[in-house]
Amino acid sequence: MSDVLILAIESSCDETAAAVVKNGRDVLSNVIYSQIDLHTLYGGVVPEIASRKHIEKINQVIEKALSDADVTLNDIDAIAVTYGPGLVGALLVGVSAAKAISFATGIPLVGVHHIEGHISANYIEHKELEPEFMSLVVSGGHTHLVKVCDYGKYEILGKTRDDAAGEAFDKVARAIGLGYPGGPKIDKVAKSGNSEAIVFPKAKVDGSIYDFSFSGLKSAVLNYLNQAEMRGEKIVTEDVAASFQKAVVDVLVEHSMAAVKENGFNKFAIAGGVASNSALREAMKEACKNNNIDFYYPSPIYCTDNAAMIGVAGYYEYINGVRSDFHLNAVPNLRLGER
Amino acid sequence: MKILAIDSSGLVATVAVLEDEATIAEYSVNYKKTHSETLVPMLDEIKKMTELDLSTIDAIATSMGPGSFTGLRIGAATVKGLGLALNIPVIAVPTVDAISFNMWGYDGLICPMMDARREQVYTGIYKFEKGKHIVVKEQCAVPVKEIIDECNALSENVVFLGDGVPVYKEIIQKEVKVPYEFAPANMNRQRASSLGVLAFSYYSEGKYITAADFKPDYLRLSQAERERAEKEKAKENA
Repeated sequence: MSDVLILAIESSCDETAAAVVKNGRDVLSNVIYSQIDLHTLYGGVVPEIASRKHIEKINQVIEKALSDADVTLNDIDAIAVTYGPGLVGALLVGVSAAKAISFATGIPLVGVHHIEGHISANYIEHKELEPEFMSLVVSGGHTHLVKVCDYGKYEILGKTRDDAAGEAFDKVARAIGLGYPGGPKIDKVAKSGNSEAIVFPKAKVDGSIYDFSFSGLKSAVLNYLNQAEMRGEKIVTEDVAASFQKAVVDVLVEHSMAAVKENGFNKFAIAGGVASNSALREAMKEACKNNNIDFYYPSPIYCTDNAAMIGVAGYYEYINGVRSDFHLNAVPNLRLGER
Repeated sequence: MKILAIDSSGLVATVAVLEDEATIAEYSVNYKKTHSETLVPMLDEIKKMTELDLSTIDAIATSMGPGSFTGLRIGAATVKGLGLALNIPVIAVPTVDAISFNMWGYDGLICPMMDARREQVYTGIYKFEKGKHIVVKEQCAVPVKEIIDECNALSENVVFLGDGVPVYKEIIQKEVKVPYEFAPANMNRQRASSLGVLAFSYYSEGKYITAADFKPDYLRLSQAERERAEKEKAKENA
């Protein structure tokens, strides 16, 4: 079989990204324009600003992805694009551009689910990894415990009932004066803090052993800060960060391990922006080792929003015969496994 | 020379193919479906119907803004994708100028209005002198009453058109003191053919850019940027 080249486009949040992926596993190029500096001014992603920036950067990013891979559109077999979930205005930029290129060239179009992309990021550096396996997707917008049954086939076992894990990191980081983006900042200061200093509650969700809830934890941190301030106690930022982070990590590890064992799996992969968190990686590594589970995680560049992961997921959809037509629309709350 | 014209700045999605003196095809839809669902299928329909070889297109014309932020972006991303794939330039025509061109030959002032919400409109004032398109007031975002005052001050008869007309009809009827009329349904919304004709003259004047460089001109900052600017200003004043 000849090589299959996918041009992938991702613009679901605040990264404008394009990539070329060969045969679903080899990343020939991976271009990411991050807008984070713009949004830092506002303490979070501003959808309108993100959408405007995507428009400014989309062609440069696609052109660079093609030239970095040393290919032209003539070499491309399919165009994969994220069509949800995400910010609707942001998604529309990638979807509209992808449809136009597909229309102008006749190259087939494949709409890809953003979370499916995150999970598929694990295939890039772990050539031996194949379904089925258990996966935890943790990012600023998502906290999903997903059973990967086959390429393109997923079953969601659990998800957050309120805030995403990354969202909780952002909100707590803001409260303790670390600013945006919260994840990396908390990760950094937590290294010099005592994670046992403060005991924050681990939220359980009634009736579901795999679902998550982080808004209670966030409130507990805010309460702690208020009370400490009222009592005139000194707040040790490092300790708050480390203790909060531990509370999040403990719950993520506990639920993940339960899901892996319950389903009789021996492979577990993490994905998404928060999968770069060093405490989470260490704790998962340790837990998997203790339970004789093979643990997979992508490099940070494939944890953050990127198009290479969309190209990987798009490849498997493409060879399975999935095609999108010119009516493809952005679906901001698209569910995994749905089309 | 062949131009593909695309406008999704307002409620209407409209596409056309023009070759020199002729409009080969024009397709406009004013329906509740979103532009992201309609625009490329419309292009595809025109391509099939007119057996259009896309490689024969020399440039893509589009409305550069203002308009609905999302509508402008769907159009811009589509245009940029086409420009990238076909390796052709983009001719960006001010949205309101293009709408005014619907009224070619009208004897009097032409005042298009697009609803910009909160009693504001994207508007401008234009006229034709011996067939020449004249910009009397450049496109802008202002309160509807402000543009009506300007029309009144010019003491000429005016035709109003655009999707702002049904929204602000009562205000127009109450405030306009000069003779006025409303454009009929065949010319009162964006038309890609009007955009395309204007684009030919832009092109001949060298007014075109690469698809990569094209971005819409929204005429307005995002809400977050406006609020931030106000805060900064308040801080400075304090």
